Amino acid sequence: MIKIDHLVKNYGPNCAVDDISFEVKKGEIVGLLGPNGAGKSTTMNILTGYLSATSGNVSVAGLDILDNPLEAKKHIGYLPEQPPLYLDMTVEEYLIFNYDLKGCKLNRDKHLAEICDVVKITDVYKRVIKHLSKGYKQRVGIAQALIGSPEVIIFDEPTVGLDPKQIIEVRNLIRTLGRDHTVILSTHILQEVQAVCDRIIIINKGKIVADELTENITRAVENNRRFNVKICGPQKEVLAMLKSKPGIVYAELLSQRDGDAYTYMIESEVGIDVRKTLFYTLAEKKWPLIGIEALGMNLEDIFITIVDQTSAKNRYERHSQKSKRQKSNIESEVAESIIAKSKKNDSEFSGLFDDDNDYKK
Amino acid sequence: MIAIYKKELRSYFINAIGYVYVGVFLAAAALMLCYTTLASQSYNTSSYFTMLIFAFIILIPLLTMKLFAEEKKLRTEQLLLTAPVSIWGMVLGKFLAALTLFAGTLLASCINFFPLYSYANEERAAQDYASSHIGPSTAQIVGCLIGVFLIGTAFIAIGMFVSSLTENQLAAAVITISIIVVMLLLNIVNEYIDIYAIRFVIDWICVLSRFSAFANGYIDFAAILYYLSLTGVFLLLTVRVYDKRRWG
Repeated sequence: MIKIDHLVKNYGPNCAVDDISFEVKKGEIVGLLGPNGAGKSTTMNILTGYLSATSGNVSVAGLDILDNPLEAKKHIGYLPEQPPLYLDMTVEEYLIFNYDLKGCKLNRDKHLAEICDVVKITDVYKRVIKHLSKGYKQRVGIAQALIGSPEVIIFDEPTVGLDPKQIIEVRNLIRTLGRDHTVILSTHILQEVQAVCDRIIIINKGKIVADELTENITRAVENNRRFNVKICGPQKEVLAMLKSKPGIVYAELLSQRDGDAYTYMIESEVGIDVRKTLFYTLAEKKWPLIGIEALGMNLEDIFITIVDQTSAKNRYERHSQKSKRQKSNIESEVAESIIAKSKKNDSEFSGLFDDDNDYKK
Repeated sequence: MIAIYKKELRSYFINAIGYVYVGVFLAAAALMLCYTTLASQSYNTSSYFTMLIFAFIILIPLLTMKLFAEEKKLRTEQLLLTAPVSIWGMVLGKFLAALTLFAGTLLASCINFFPLYSYANEERAAQDYASSHIGPSTAQIVGCLIGVFLIGTAFIAIGMFVSSLTENQLAAAVITISIIVVMLLLNIVNEYIDIYAIRFVIDWICVLSRFSAFANGYIDFAAILYYLSLTGVFLLLTVRVYDKRRWG
């Protein structure tokens, strides 16, 4: 349905998108994930024909966006980062304008009523857009993208600035749309793509870092090693115990305090679940454990885990291919591949997502 | 294109700007007729039309300043540029909307000539011999209307081009005003220049020097071509602005 082939976009000396290629099949919901300035919006703007690429090809529904822009654009509904609303129009006028603009052939009143029903803006249909709340404005923007029932719908950060309830509604809406449309959405929130998308493409500094099914990402996230634990007891002794406990590689006292309970952040060794042994140790010392909370991994951890997994898979494949060879050969090869991967990780992920500290919580 | 045309035309009247424009245009036109033709107790309308052209300094920017600047500021141009509409379609839709409002108001201002005609009828009836050359010259009025319309068209194209360069409506208006002022006043400056070559070049830029034929009731095809090409050049430049930005 969508094919992006070696896409490059330079803004003067800055390279916003650096050789991106991917394909999206019909009916897929794909999330573009990446920090601010990673090139998500630029990619989407090129995909919708708003910007032109420096090099590379983009085709939508088999039509090249540069050679045949008018036909290709008919297949796309686009909600830019900032919904393009004419503030002094009413919702009705705005949607009718979009209907005319897109040269839509469906029955107008019926089609618009359906869309309003789906995005739940029927009750503000006659109101001036200027007076609507942010959530409603966003929904009017989504409604605009749905007009003409395009095969491809592109959302650029659709939930930014919405309250939690609205975020959930918009996510549900996108999931519903995914049944009949191909959807691409961009976000810098991992949970969002996890909740909505079939497939996640992670972009950083204009390059694709990972292109994985959501299950793989989720599996990586569940492979959790960090916890916040809340323990009643003398803080120095507890901390010393945590630090010295086998299986825990890192322990830190956090500044949250709840009565005589302190919160500690611990990180376990890979592959070891310290929760049970920690419970018994604390019970022995009569320091009640009153809370334990798994911490989400930050994006950097996840990318490393994902890339590690793929490299493990590669190792396995190579192993089975060459199982007839001598064992020592294979071992040296695996070692090489690990070294190569780790070098690659160092270069690709150093300083990744420095500005997105909100995932660490 | 039609959708954009309809939207623009309606947006003039959703905001106060369309009403302000029509009101100021008609009031200024009526006032000018009083101070030119009526004050001099003649039927000659050419100075009225010349005054009207000077009123465009304020009137045309009112029409054109928001055409692209506002879209850019509100980011709604993204909607237009990702819709299945060509850049030419977008530019022409907006241009024609401004032109329609301009032409409509210009036509409405023709109501000013009714007193001239009715007064001429009375004067003719009062004289005992039938005289056909009492009264306003219809040829002059029609010629001037065509000339004024073409000059307005060119100014709208210029104003629209300026509007596409900035996202600040006020800046668009000020720049358009200065361009129109220069184009109109060059005519006066030109009279003080003795060197032929410079005069020839300046003559190319100033719009008013070509208006005299219309004022005499002739249709000057060279002038029509000049105004139309001026319009075409600025429409093309506006399209190029958007084309270039896509590649920027």
